Amino acid sequence: MDNANDANNAPEQDDPIKGVGCARKRKEDARFIQGKGNYVDDIKMPGMLFADMVRSPYAHARIKSINKEKALALPGVHAVLTADDLKPLNLHWMPTLAGDVQAVLADEKVHFQYQEVAVVVADNRYIAADAIELVEVEYEELPVLVDAHKAMDDDAPILREDLVGKMDGAHSKRVHDNHIFNWQAGDKDATDRVFEQAEVTVKQDMYYPRVHPSPLETCGCVASFDKVNEHLTVYITSQAPHVVRTVVSMLSGIPESKVRIVSPDIGGGFGNKVGVYPGYVVSIVASIVLGVPVKWVENRMEHLSTTAFARDYHMTGEIAADSDGRIKALRVNVLADHGAFDACADPSKFPAGLMHICTGSYDVPVAHLNVDGVYTNKAPGGVAYRCSFRVTEAVYVIERTMDVLAQKLGIDKAEIRRRNFIKAEQFPYQTALGWEIDSGDYHTALEKVLEACDYEGLRREQQEKREKGELMGIGLVTFTEIVGAGPTRNCDILGVGMFDSAEIRVHPTGSVIARMGTITQGQGHQTTYAQIIASELGIPSDEISIEEGDTDTAPYGLGTYGSRSTPVGGAATAVAARKIRAKAQKIAAHLLEVSEQDLEWDVDRFKVKGVPGQEKTMKEIAWAAYNDRPEGMEPGLEAVDYYDPPNFTYPFGTYLCVVDIDKYTGVTKVRRFYALDDCGTRINPMIIEGQIHGGLNEGFAVAMGQELPFDEQGNILGNTLMDYFIPTFVETPKWETDYTVTPSPHHPIGAKGVAESPHVGSIPTFTSAIVDAFSHLGTTHLDMPHNAFRLWQHIRELGLDKRTG
Amino acid sequence: MITSQFQYHKASSIEDAIQKLQNEEDAKLLAGGHSLLPMMKLRFAEPPYLIDINDIPELQGIDLQGDTIRIGAMTTENELIASEILQQHCPLLVEAAKLVADPQVRNRGTIGGDIVHGDPGNDHPAVMLALDANFIIQGPDGKREQPANGFFLGTYWNEIAEDEILVAIEVKAQKDNQGFGYHKLKRKTGDYAVAGSPVMLTLDGDKCSDIRIGLTNVAPMAIRATEAENLLKGQEIDSALIEKAAEQVIAACEPAEDLRGSSEYKSHMAAEMVRRSIQDALQRARS
Ligand SMILES: Cc1cc2nc3c(=O)[nH]c(=O)nc-3n(C[C@H](O)[C@H](O)[C@H](O)COP(=O)(O)OP(=O)(O)OC[C@H]3O[C@@H](n4cnc5c(N)ncnc54)[C@H](O)[C@@H]3O)c2cc1C
Repeated sequence: MDNANDANNAPEQDDPIKGVGCARKRKEDARFIQGKGNYVDDIKMPGMLFADMVRSPYAHARIKSINKEKALALPGVHAVLTADDLKPLNLHWMPTLAGDVQAVLADEKVHFQYQEVAVVVADNRYIAADAIELVEVEYEELPVLVDAHKAMDDDAPILREDLVGKMDGAHSKRVHDNHIFNWQAGDKDATDRVFEQAEVTVKQDMYYPRVHPSPLETCGCVASFDKVNEHLTVYITSQAPHVVRTVVSMLSGIPESKVRIVSPDIGGGFGNKVGVYPGYVVSIVASIVLGVPVKWVENRMEHLSTTAFARDYHMTGEIAADSDGRIKALRVNVLADHGAFDACADPSKFPAGLMHICTGSYDVPVAHLNVDGVYTNKAPGGVAYRCSFRVTEAVYVIERTMDVLAQKLGIDKAEIRRRNFIKAEQFPYQTALGWEIDSGDYHTALEKVLEACDYEGLRREQQEKREKGELMGIGLVTFTEIVGAGPTRNCDILGVGMFDSAEIRVHPTGSVIARMGTITQGQGHQTTYAQIIASELGIPSDEISIEEGDTDTAPYGLGTYGSRSTPVGGAATAVAARKIRAKAQKIAAHLLEVSEQDLEWDVDRFKVKGVPGQEKTMKEIAWAAYNDRPEGMEPGLEAVDYYDPPNFTYPFGTYLCVVDIDKYTGVTKVRRFYALDDCGTRINPMIIEGQIHGGLNEGFAVAMGQELPFDEQGNILGNTLMDYFIPTFVETPKWETDYTVTPSPHHPIGAKGVAESPHVGSIPTFTSAIVDAFSHLGTTHLDMPHNAFRLWQHIRELGLDKRTG
Repeated sequence: MITSQFQYHKASSIEDAIQKLQNEEDAKLLAGGHSLLPMMKLRFAEPPYLIDINDIPELQGIDLQGDTIRIGAMTTENELIASEILQQHCPLLVEAAKLVADPQVRNRGTIGGDIVHGDPGNDHPAVMLALDANFIIQGPDGKREQPANGFFLGTYWNEIAEDEILVAIEVKAQKDNQGFGYHKLKRKTGDYAVAGSPVMLTLDGDKCSDIRIGLTNVAPMAIRATEAENLLKGQEIDSALIEKAAEQVIAACEPAEDLRGSSEYKSHMAAEMVRRSIQDALQRARS
């Protein structure tokens, strides 16, 4: 499709409406840059108490006794709750979003280090912090399982005693007590047959380490139960407040109409704030029991150690091809480490999320995907991070394996992709694993990037460097994402279809309030949704207020994660706005005394075709909607839309990265990173740019430094910001961005998601570049993180650090 | 992330602080707080009494008398970096301070606290060894002088008594025939060294008449690479000799393994930092 056309980059001052395509500044910024945001920890209520957690020092142990006496004796302590206290309420365990159950407070056993064992409620957080040290817990240590590869050994310690004998898992039969599910997609037999006869096959094992998004704001809540009216209000760091309301109502028995969940400003989520955490549940229980508001806010170590991690996928990618490098079949095997409870938040039919998008941007005739999920003594999660349900893992495995194929055949990485791309004329394209990719134009994106970066020149330079013994690598990735979950025919969470919603109300003076079922956490919804409405209704986006996150006022929606807000919530917004415009057209016809068909829309007004001057602006129409409307029409000008998307959207991109590696220290310098994204219609280029920069930063962090490793005793390592890599602007490379525009054919305004693409796409690009620096020496893959220590070890194995003296 | 309870006293003079150190059990001095407070927040340290020494004038300031630079113990990293005296007469200290932690920490963290704290990851101890610094220490019986060489005894273990205060640091102004090198490998901004090496080198014609090589974070405390120094002293330094010295550095290291890397990696990185620092020092001493 055409690229860089200027209509997609309209500067703010040239667009009075500041609608779609306008690079307007974010409406949110005024309050954030003045420190006037309102986060959960900013909420203070009269009489509010504070909760703090007693956590397990062991990864696997039986709880022999808990003695609360000393803690209760500390002045200012109101309660100490354990699983035994929650049992009568049947709240000591809770359902997860993945069909499993999770201990709210450890019930007889702890399953991972830092697991919640007891909660202390006190006058303030200082007393609470002292009191948790006074709770005496006696443990008996049990053998620990941290290696997912050993989870299904005969002699592996059994982790989930509550599930022993229950071999019908939520998603499949379980074949071992530590087995969670087996899940497959595609045609195994046909795939195996192609592999048996293939001219060329490649196989690569790779581990995608356990990482954590660690948003600026940790998780927390303020629960406030009004005993008189039996009304529960919870301010919470949630990316899915409506789902939380449903879960809270189901768990507590309080009618959903008497539960109000509010996600105020959220300081970043990245999937980490989708789930329901024990801290939320115990705060709610404590507030109900004590009749006063209770606040719980975790610290950074608790956050990194216990709330939703990402990845931890052991993957094997295999490709069968002909000798020209044309793919004949793809086979992917995954061992998924889910930790101690299966608390992934995938659409319930897909226990490995959308991993079956792993055929990527390529025309793959037949494929098979096999995933086994297992329990280990690690924290639960797997929802995060900046990723549409495992699409990050899927892109990683296919892009890595493509490089391996290219290397084996001696074909350039760019060329192998060219040969295998789904061609522009093949869309909509049915993948071998069951998706219909609606649109794409992969060749154009690739060629644009290769030219912009002078790929041939880089390869020549690399050749010269290699001759001098220097390490330079070029990474290339051509990814396709799947975002916007999703069509309710295949996507639900806890049985609720993954639609989303918008409710738009035009006031008599022509300004607008609109509410959505999604919730912004830094994406800038208050700006972009207003731009969509502005373009649809001709009302300046400055006069459009967007509200999200309060379940008492916003329409039900599934929330914001998996890049679903624009594909689903944005679609609902456009459709609701169009309903309003349709009504406005009727009113205009009435006011102008013509028939509807005689009118045409022009930016912000309806005009009578061929009669200059005969027109009504949206503002005039809005006023009329409240006093002068056609016979029989109800007053007002508002609309609601619950949008069930017909398909996902499939953003894509080409990323190129150049690295230089210091062979004496293993330190990598990212010399160049060029990211071309195609997210279809571009609502706000400035916000897109910001989201891409953020995603690239987080991709850089994951690829080059982030990991949450465990020692053999199951102690989590690296769970402070001293070790956990959050790059500052000192470390972060300079990003170059570019785009093409291939609108989604089924989305009302042709938009797709974008904020996750840079994360999903950049991570394998870094690996591709790093491996490329060594590929002439036979290296086919190196696991992340590509930190200096790990690279130096590889350099040393290859004997490259020898000094001539 | 919340400290246990403690009492707080703002000392008005060195004597006042020493008196409190003597009278209050397990009392601790509070300088910039950037080592002490993190440990207290993690409850690794639970001192019941803190003596704040931020307002004592005798602990502040940098001045040059003859060829001796006196640096008050409470001088912050950013004050070191901004000091014209140091930029001109002791650039090693300036370059080292620039690589300590991050801007926030450098605003509060002090050179005295960094030296006395006793973490082998702290950068100033090895710098002090390379500079052959002298410490002015005051206790109940008055002031004494203590060379940096011999001060660092182990992790959280220095040649200073519980009721003594480091008052000032004295270093010699750098001479024309001297050159320094400083290299520190770290994973990211705000991290401690994987390995670091300050080097001070004195040339006599083409020969190295003196060299002091400090090593950061590769032993229980800051150390000098003495064997390597001996190899280089009195010699005309070339790359073959640097290689031999680098081997001695590796042999001198006994780093603890952690997420920064294995003991082998850290030892090799120490050697690499030394190589680079010697090269820089040579070049600077020559020009
Ligand atoms: C994120 C982070 C990164 C860091 N990175 C580095 C780094 O890369 N390199 C590095 O060197 N340091 C680093 N530090 C430590 C930092 O430089 C500290 O500021 C320094 O170690 C201690 O100095 P302080 O003034 O803060 O001392 P404090 O924390 O106040 O005190 C430290 C100890 O020294 C004692 N003490 C302080 N002053 C005196 C004195 N005059 N006489 C006797 N005893 C005294 C105190 O009682 C205490 O026991 C880092 C710290 C943080 C938080």
